[in-house]
Amino acid sequence: MDTLTPVASGDAAGPLTPAQLRELYSLMVAVRHLDTSAIAWQRQGIIPGYAPEFGQEAAQVGSGYAVDTGRDFVFPTYREMGVARTMGVDMVAYMSTHKATWHGGLYDPLKSRLAPIQAVVAGSVLHAVGWAHGQTLAAAAGADGAAAGGGSGVALTYFGDGASSQGDVHEAMNFAAVMKAPVVFFVQNNGWAISVPTERQVAGGSVAARAAGYGMPALQIDGDDVVAVVEATRRAFAHARAGNGPVLIEAMTYRRGPHSTSDDPGRYRSLDEERDGAGADPLERFRQRLLADGIGDDEFFAGALAAARAEEEQIRTGLQALESRPGAEMFDLVFQETTPALQAQAASWREESEHV
Amino acid sequence: MQQALNRALDEVLAENPKAVIFGEDCGRLGGVFRITDGLQAKHGEQRVFDTPLAESGILGMSVGLAMAGFHPIPEVQFDGFAYPAINQIVCQIARMNYRSRGTLPMPITLRVPSFGGIRAPEHHGESLEALFAHVPGLKVVAPSNPHEAYHLLKYAATRPDPVIFMEPKSRYWQKGDVAPEHGGSPTGAKVQREGRHLTLVAWGAMVARCLQVAELAAEDGIDIEVLDLRWLKPIDADALATSVRKTRRAVVVHEAPLTSGLGAEVAQLITQSCFDTLKAPVERVTGFDVPYPSGDLEDEYIPNIDRILFGTQRVLEYRRG
Ligand SMILES: Cc1ncc(C[n+]2csc(CCOP(=O)(O)OP(=O)(O)O)c2C)c(N)n1
Repeated sequence: MDTLTPVASGDAAGPLTPAQLRELYSLMVAVRHLDTSAIAWQRQGIIPGYAPEFGQEAAQVGSGYAVDTGRDFVFPTYREMGVARTMGVDMVAYMSTHKATWHGGLYDPLKSRLAPIQAVVAGSVLHAVGWAHGQTLAAAAGADGAAAGGGSGVALTYFGDGASSQGDVHEAMNFAAVMKAPVVFFVQNNGWAISVPTERQVAGGSVAARAAGYGMPALQIDGDDVVAVVEATRRAFAHARAGNGPVLIEAMTYRRGPHSTSDDPGRYRSLDEERDGAGADPLERFRQRLLADGIGDDEFFAGALAAARAEEEQIRTGLQALESRPGAEMFDLVFQETTPALQAQAASWREESEHV
Repeated sequence: MQQALNRALDEVLAENPKAVIFGEDCGRLGGVFRITDGLQAKHGEQRVFDTPLAESGILGMSVGLAMAGFHPIPEVQFDGFAYPAINQIVCQIARMNYRSRGTLPMPITLRVPSFGGIRAPEHHGESLEALFAHVPGLKVVAPSNPHEAYHLLKYAATRPDPVIFMEPKSRYWQKGDVAPEHGGSPTGAKVQREGRHLTLVAWGAMVARCLQVAELAAEDGIDIEVLDLRWLKPIDADALATSVRKTRRAVVVHEAPLTSGLGAEVAQLITQSCFDTLKAPVERVTGFDVPYPSGDLEDEYIPNIDRILFGTQRVLEYRRG
């Protein structure tokens, strides 16, 4: 499905250069390696839990690659590690949530342009619309607004096929379409919402089909083809940036392995079903393509893997060195302006836990 | 406790053809905590089914099912995901009996895996009891062990009114005997340990912790009574009065934040019935007025044995000024 009319804009123009294709591959390898390592860390007790994205690297790296961190803003779920890595977020700070150190992660969302990790399914889809409408308001306010950092940014919001069942998502799409907000709804349809397959989750055949009801263009794409994902996301960004309102992208992919490290997929699907549903591995597919096009050779692939390994080791070391946050922050960070009751509770906590 | 709950649901489905169980992943998977494990296979997809991922939808649909004469037993997967359904729970479920002058009862048993203690991610551990108990038209109950879980759930799931059933998820894997024939009264509070010097009032997972505190205090010759409140609405004011009239001192323990928590309600009920006999003001040992923290800080947040002991000490050492 492709109901997006082409926009003449530099954003979407031009095929990816060989250097960019190699960069995409390196990112995908880094993400794959970190993802599989994080599952191992959970088994080793380094982190208590993790939501793997094995098989969704192309969807995440490709979409994240289209973001301009100078002006756009991204609203993730709990599974967007690949997007975060592509955007250059500090990965130790990102992983701190999975280490149960702090809700949302220890990175600075304003600097990184990535909103805090969101555990509530569909929780931040409406926030993206609000942020995007803020861009419209800032642009209307003219130079002042633009100087304050607003104006031409696009919000990119991620959610799953399961999340698309939430009322908030429908409200978000309607708001965005009515207000022509510059937002890209990026659905990773990985086939499953924990144990429930898409056909038992999404009526009407696809999430993309819903866009028509809101008068919004939609793209249903091969989410395992990183180049297709980059191109689609760039087109959607160009459309939104040009003031034409929201776009919905449904990237068709597959969640290999468990929903989270505490899930047991054997209870709702067989390994055969998994093999059939999953299709070709997006990383291997891209490697073959680069090889065939003479853009990458074995030396390059080996180098990318070595870099990914080194990076993973660095992140693990950082994560293991990361200590629990001081308990006092529990009280300090509730408000910008604290309350007497909270101060009193902090004081008695300090006394009773001898944390002075 | 997980097995006790599963067995209770199995029996409810067998005994009441109008009972239906539904929610996210509770069919084929048997729920993320396996509370509904095997029930779909046994009772069929009409009686136990998966819904799309939409809590407002799940609870809103419960209203219509109840109107059609069913007894819905919906599940929200984790306490924090009851928030998207609050509108349907508060504005609709809680009021329909009233609005319809009793002609549209809402026999809905909402199961909510509740409270913290398992180092879960954000929103996977919350204490919503005060929020629910504050709403006219809802009843609220929390079991503390497998035996209570079995009997309270069986009872709740046969009531004609909406009951919020708060399952302490940190106790799901707790082993314990269930005596199916000897449930005792399924209403009101229950003394889980007799004592003379002080009453600890708790519910859910905090009951076990208070029993530990009582054991420790006994070594110092302090004889603590532990009252398992069980029903958080309606609260058993008589049981509170009976216990505290005997011990003359009370501490309420809960995980939820202090301010406007149920501890205040319990303290007031005790004050009202025992003002003349109380030797000290009722104390509260609770969570703090902070968002339920991440796993690493959870132990700082949930009342631990030391903090409960400090609380009992304050009450025991209280001197009129
Ligand atoms: C509001 C809400 N309800 C329930 C949950 C529990 N839960 C976490 S992930 C999930 C499935 C999400 O499926 P989908 O949106 O397709 O995304 P995926 O996990 O497949 O990436 C559920 C039910 C939640 N996090 N938030």
